[in-house]
Amino acid sequence: MKQVSLEMGSGGRLMQEFIRERLLPVFKNRYLDELHDSAFLPPGMAFTTDSYTVDPIFFPGGDIGSLSVNGTINDLVVSGARPEFMSLALIIEEGLEMATLDRILLSIKKTAARNKVTIVTGDTKVVPRGQADKIYINTAGVGRLVGRPHPEKIKPGDRIMVTGPVGEHGLAIMLTRNDFRMSSRVRSDCAPLLFLLPLWKKGALWMRDITRGGLATVLSELADRVRYPLLVEEEKIPLSRSLKGAVEILGIDPLYLACEGRALLVVREAEAQKVLSFLKKQPGARQAAIIGQVQDRIGRQGEALLQTPGGGLRLLEPLTSELLPRIC
Amino acid sequence: MTPKSPPREPFSDWRSGSTVRRLLQAIAAEVGAINRPLRIMEVCGTHTMTLHRSGLKPLLKEAGVVMISGPGCPVCITPDFYHEAIIDLVTSRDNLVITTFGDMTRVPTRKGALQTTVPAPGSEIRIVYSPEEALQLARKNPEREVIFFGAGFETTIPAIAYTVKKAAQEQLKNFSLLAALWLIPPALEAILQSGDVAIDGFIYPGHVSVIVGEQAYRFVAENYRIPGAIAGFEPADVLLGILSVARQVKENRPTVANEYRRVVSAEGNPRALALMAEMLEPFEAEWRGLGRIKNSGLKLRSQWQDYDAVARFQMTFQPATGRDSGCRCGQVLKGLVEPMDCPLFGRACDPEHPRGPCMVSYEGACLIEYKYSSGARKK
Repeated sequence: MKQVSLEMGSGGRLMQEFIRERLLPVFKNRYLDELHDSAFLPPGMAFTTDSYTVDPIFFPGGDIGSLSVNGTINDLVVSGARPEFMSLALIIEEGLEMATLDRILLSIKKTAARNKVTIVTGDTKVVPRGQADKIYINTAGVGRLVGRPHPEKIKPGDRIMVTGPVGEHGLAIMLTRNDFRMSSRVRSDCAPLLFLLPLWKKGALWMRDITRGGLATVLSELADRVRYPLLVEEEKIPLSRSLKGAVEILGIDPLYLACEGRALLVVREAEAQKVLSFLKKQPGARQAAIIGQVQDRIGRQGEALLQTPGGGLRLLEPLTSELLPRIC
Repeated sequence: MTPKSPPREPFSDWRSGSTVRRLLQAIAAEVGAINRPLRIMEVCGTHTMTLHRSGLKPLLKEAGVVMISGPGCPVCITPDFYHEAIIDLVTSRDNLVITTFGDMTRVPTRKGALQTTVPAPGSEIRIVYSPEEALQLARKNPEREVIFFGAGFETTIPAIAYTVKKAAQEQLKNFSLLAALWLIPPALEAILQSGDVAIDGFIYPGHVSVIVGEQAYRFVAENYRIPGAIAGFEPADVLLGILSVARQVKENRPTVANEYRRVVSAEGNPRALALMAEMLEPFEAEWRGLGRIKNSGLKLRSQWQDYDAVARFQMTFQPATGRDSGCRCGQVLKGLVEPMDCPLFGRACDPEHPRGPCMVSYEGACLIEYKYSSGARKK
């Protein structure tokens, strides 16, 4: 491939390939090579960065500002760190309405304050009209470690959980961006996952925020890191009613739709029920559910399997290309 | 009156585990009485998708039913030369907007794929989600030529034909259609006539049937004595269709059963059929894999020639001769081989590096097989 294609940034397998084959060989070092959502730095710190180019910049349930803060917070939380400081870099297209910018800045401020994160450094660039689309945001965050993911300790019987209905962010963006002329109540699930932090000391072995590529991609990537196959039950995966209706009409598999405020957890078998009742008390995880478990009988190492309501099994593959609704 | 029970989930009845298990048992009982395994072709790619997504294929095999994927994927059966002609056009002419469905842009041809084609200055390739969107682009950009490269079966043909009718009514001068429009019944007849594949019955495509009705498949039961059932797209829908076919085989009474009555009527959609007849006429079209089939394609009638991109831009088609990339898409579409039988499958050909359209389209048998069953194991 001679040119970078859009699919290399879609969160799917091509992006994984791109990172492994193009980026890692260039920058190889022991911090980067862990390939977690954040890097673990001495002494006891986690460090992460992310860029936001979402289109549209305002969508039902959030905006590019709240998204950029929550995204960074969530990357730290699932790495076992309590977010403390953030940087904020803005790339703004000439001509952006000042009122629009103010709305975004206010949203950033509120989201950071609510989560006790301080924005301590930043940068602003303005580019000529047409050379960026309204506004792009880059953030970086540092946090103090309160726990560490232990994928190597995951063993058969451990439970796989999600913190709520999946796919709503991806669908909300899709419906706002594309002119399907569908009205829908689906709102982005964009939210901070700070409430997960205590679970690092209560039996959580691994967490990942479910972003691009959706639940299926996260599960399949986890399967690559664990010594045992994973099995989830389709009927147990929470999906909101309005999302179910919309994905039926559009022919989209909700397991590949992104979230921005949901996480997948692997929890020790003995602690699973306690963790579930803890989660259900959190405003951001009232519909948390145990959706499956780590296997030693069904499947093979490296496989993430989905059990359908009729009892069939299918493999969950990572996202391969951008989602497209069916054409006939 | 307020409802007593909470509102039900969409389609929950058609997906419930207990319904699916009961239907599988009933199918196993019928096949048991026939005393040999059944080979049933699901014509439509969306049925292939249902079978894989719900994990039904292996369960059906246990029940004695082998499912064979048919030609029901418009992206797959459109020959490369359509893409090549439109690639030639968009790279040589400026001020064009080529619009098409997403999957169509990824089909690999001798001239590359639309997705990676660099258009002439001022021209562009845009993915649209409906033909109406293409028409809207033409309205908004009167100074540019908008071409809709539309591939589809009876399901989408009326909507595509309607855009041309609308364009004519509105006297839009900058809209045209490159029609890759295909009819299912002639393709079924071609498969039956070739005699290459042993088929005990068909699961007819639900969406196509909404338009063409039950009558379109009568010849299969009457002339070829092959059972069939129209089915919807939920797991229970497809299983009901299979159960019906199994019963027809057992009783030796082939017919066109309608197991999708909630949307399909005997006569189809007369208004859509009338619109198709008004705008389009059949011709002997070439299908990938199936070759030339009489009356199997539709093109704009001569009075709408102004809206026909082929006439308007003097497009020329160059059917491939002697090209052999090893891709067995053609045989997959005919039900002759399964995706796994292709030497390229999962090795030289995967969704990121497709060698043929069956690995591109979301209704393509190879992509579905790769995604849901065996892809990872081949790696």
